Amino acid sequence: MDIDKISEEEQKNSLSKVLEVLKTMASKPSGFIGLFILVFHVVLASVSPFLAPYDYKAIDPTLMLQAPSSEYWFGTDSLGRDVFTRTIMGGRTALTITFFGSLIALLWGGLLGIFCGLVGGKIDDVVMRIVDAFLSIPWILAMLLIVSLLGTSTEVLIPALGFFYGKGIVRVARAATHDVIAKDFIVSARARGHSNMSIIWNEIIPNVRDAILVEGAMRWSWMLLGFSSLSFLGFGVSPPTPDWGLMISNARGLMSFAYWAVIAPVVGLSSLIIGINLTADAFAKALGIDRSTKAPV
Amino acid sequence: MSDIIQKVKNLSIGFRSKKGEEILILRNISTNIKKGETVGIVGESGSGKSTLALAMMGYVKQGLYTIDGECLFESSNLLKKNNRELEKIRGRKIAMIPQNAGQSLTPNLKIGYQIDEALRLHTNLKNIDRDKRISELLKKVRLPSPETIALRYPHELSGGQQQRVAVAMALAGNPELLLLDEPTTGLDVTTQAHVLELLNFIAKDTGTSMVYVSHDLGAIAQVSDRIIVMYSGEIVLEGPSRSILKKPIHPYTYGLLKSIPKLSLAGLPDSMPGSQPQPGSILKGCSFFSRCNIGEDKCKNNSPELEYISDLKTSVRCFNYKSLKNKDDISSSISRNEAIINEKEILNLTNVSISYAKQKLIDQIFNKTVDTNPTVKDINININKGETIALVGESGSGKSTILKSIAGLLKTKDGKIRFEKDRDLSSNLKQRKPNDLRAIQLIFQNPDESLNPNHNVEEILSQPLKLYFGLSGKELNKNIIELLEKVRLGEFYMSRYPRQLSGGEKQRVAVARAFAAKPDIILCDEVTSALDVSVQAAVLNLLQKLKDDFGTTYIFVSHDLAVVRAISDRVAVLYQGRLCEIGPSKNVYQFPSHPYTEVLLGAVLEPDPDIKPKLVAEDIVEEKPPEQGCSFQGRCSRILGEKCKKETPPWQITKSGNAIKCHINVNDLEKLQS
Repeated sequence: MDIDKISEEEQKNSLSKVLEVLKTMASKPSGFIGLFILVFHVVLASVSPFLAPYDYKAIDPTLMLQAPSSEYWFGTDSLGRDVFTRTIMGGRTALTITFFGSLIALLWGGLLGIFCGLVGGKIDDVVMRIVDAFLSIPWILAMLLIVSLLGTSTEVLIPALGFFYGKGIVRVARAATHDVIAKDFIVSARARGHSNMSIIWNEIIPNVRDAILVEGAMRWSWMLLGFSSLSFLGFGVSPPTPDWGLMISNARGLMSFAYWAVIAPVVGLSSLIIGINLTADAFAKALGIDRSTKAPV
Repeated sequence: MSDIIQKVKNLSIGFRSKKGEEILILRNISTNIKKGETVGIVGESGSGKSTLALAMMGYVKQGLYTIDGECLFESSNLLKKNNRELEKIRGRKIAMIPQNAGQSLTPNLKIGYQIDEALRLHTNLKNIDRDKRISELLKKVRLPSPETIALRYPHELSGGQQQRVAVAMALAGNPELLLLDEPTTGLDVTTQAHVLELLNFIAKDTGTSMVYVSHDLGAIAQVSDRIIVMYSGEIVLEGPSRSILKKPIHPYTYGLLKSIPKLSLAGLPDSMPGSQPQPGSILKGCSFFSRCNIGEDKCKNNSPELEYISDLKTSVRCFNYKSLKNKDDISSSISRNEAIINEKEILNLTNVSISYAKQKLIDQIFNKTVDTNPTVKDINININKGETIALVGESGSGKSTILKSIAGLLKTKDGKIRFEKDRDLSSNLKQRKPNDLRAIQLIFQNPDESLNPNHNVEEILSQPLKLYFGLSGKELNKNIIELLEKVRLGEFYMSRYPRQLSGGEKQRVAVARAFAAKPDIILCDEVTSALDVSVQAAVLNLLQKLKDDFGTTYIFVSHDLAVVRAISDRVAVLYQGRLCEIGPSKNVYQFPSHPYTEVLLGAVLEPDPDIKPKLVAEDIVEEKPPEQGCSFQGRCSRILGEKCKKETPPWQITKSGNAIKCHINVNDLEKLQS
């Protein structure tokens, strides 16, 4: 093989690898749009408190259900609060909770899956049947139970969501590990006498990492939808914190004459989910992974 | 001319790279296939031989396209035809036999049905005639009891039988041209010899023209009338097989023939430097220039044309072919230092048996042995320090199983493995001491699988160094560079990933990783069988060099008797997990030998049209070793009768000093085999 060609080809550290993946993702229109929407939402969520023209919890009965105007861009809701303010701030809680929820899901799902795939045998059988049992429980019912027992605080929601969305990741991580485990480089590491931990860390994780990350990205948009559903049902964030799910729930009864109060949060929520989906798709393609899980929308 | 059935004219096939450059896989190929002739196309991986064969049936792989030229069959260009028109030709006039028959047969349809399907598509026979034709075809490919075979599913047949079924299917439409893409690669040696003999018979019997694509000059030599040698997408040599194999006047073919290990020669084959250039990387000059040892300045800038040499009836693409014309020492080899074997025992296997059967819980509790017929049984070998011992046998002979047990990856059922006389190697990997683990290292068959694709060479080599010696920082770095130099790779390889290395380079890294542990014993599991011939020779030479330097002991597993002959000091022949013969390698290759060794030796294919394989026994595949008696009783052509089936044969020592486990008296055996 030609020596010059290779030295020119790649000598990369991990940062430039990340940049390379991002570049590949942005090279296709769908990936670019996805990344753009996602970045837009993240930036908006972090700076919205400084951008908001009004106080998000200021109630004014005289300003009930005003149509959009130059003063109130997206109109006002049934309590006279500014819809624009509440919309740009409405993604903050959802994004934070689901982001950390996905991280937890990735961590426990990924590690348990890899562990089961590696050790196999009886332990694997038992753990996987438990995971299957949990998969058969409708998550929303279980979530409602947990939330009504433990309350709707962030400390409860993040681990609860993380737990329920990690189950799917266990299966993906286990399957990916099974693909790798039969390869000779694992046998070689075993024969050298490396410990299980070292094999997981050095040999397996680098090879299954991509598959798990892509799965995690997909789970994130599912979780966002799930979290908004909880808020919609009144079990997510508590009022007066602005949240899209809660806003949709509050304004849906008045949809026939105050459509603006529903449309703004709906656009916010769906654009974020579409953005994450497109990004996750492009991410999978950039890493060359054939994804079997489908996007929620 | 009417006797030409396929004419390839100025054919160029290529693809467009991401940068928009046109990259050629086939460059300006012209050749003719005559009626009734068998043409062998030989080349290493990436030479474009399969692309050429596929183009001959009007198929161009996705992503590739025809740039120029044509493939004329019955004076119409196949590459311009649409699918509808091609359907009428494929199967009826041109048929193909794929490499892996097991994968090309539909698993859920019976053999008979699949052949029937081919007949329905390609012939106009009626129902009753078709049934008759199916048995006829199955008989023709010499499958036993055609009627029962037709009712079986593909997975119920052995690899060789599946390949025969594929041949029968290809013959269903009475094709005029048969394309064979590596049809015997992946089959056992004896099966391969049988399939080749069958193909020879069919070529004579039906008068079908054949195009036989293979990387294996040994197989090509047995079947072809004419050979085309491809290199980097070009024909570099074309002519009658005898003159190509006996007088290879192109430096590539010359080197290739020299790099094939041969049974008749002890010692390592010559290796060729470098590897085949990537498509598109050679823009001017001869594509073989970088590896050529008779190259001149003009070869660098001018591409030689294919030149016809009338006295050899050969076409050659080389300026300097004359310098090779008078050389005739293709059968030379590098002599190997006979190892200085100290009579110091390093590893001892005593009565080792290995079983894959799982014990039931109850039997476990009462410590009862259930499996009376384990996969590997009664293996007694002692290995001296510094020797290379080879375990030889076909697939299922238990050779890799034994290797895994020595490495601790498989538990032994009975028996003891002792290291350096006093250290018992626990059969459980977890209980082995770190120093025992370090002392025994493995090298695997396929470097693509044995190197983690996400680690660069530095990370790969640092693992054993960190684990066994706790090195870090500068010391680690220094050791890695030393290792790379030992396997003749430069320091700049450290940052490369396996995908950026060629097959030979990857295997060198795997060798370096094994040597990083400063082991006493290295277990080599078919280390060269995934490599191209010229690379194989280089790796064998490297292993020998490292052994001379470090005095390492090798346990070498291979199915290739010629490779074993080249590298090993002692050979152990295994059949169905039982030892048949063991002795110094020069004696095992001489008669008298165990009937199974005789079969194996007879089946070896030499790249010489004058040496034909001897088919001694049927290529039956036995699934389980027999419960009692000799392990080879099922296939032995010299079987004595009840004695062989009932009694375990005794060990006999021949005059030359190798041990044979057979009931037949060695003197009688010598008479029989001479």
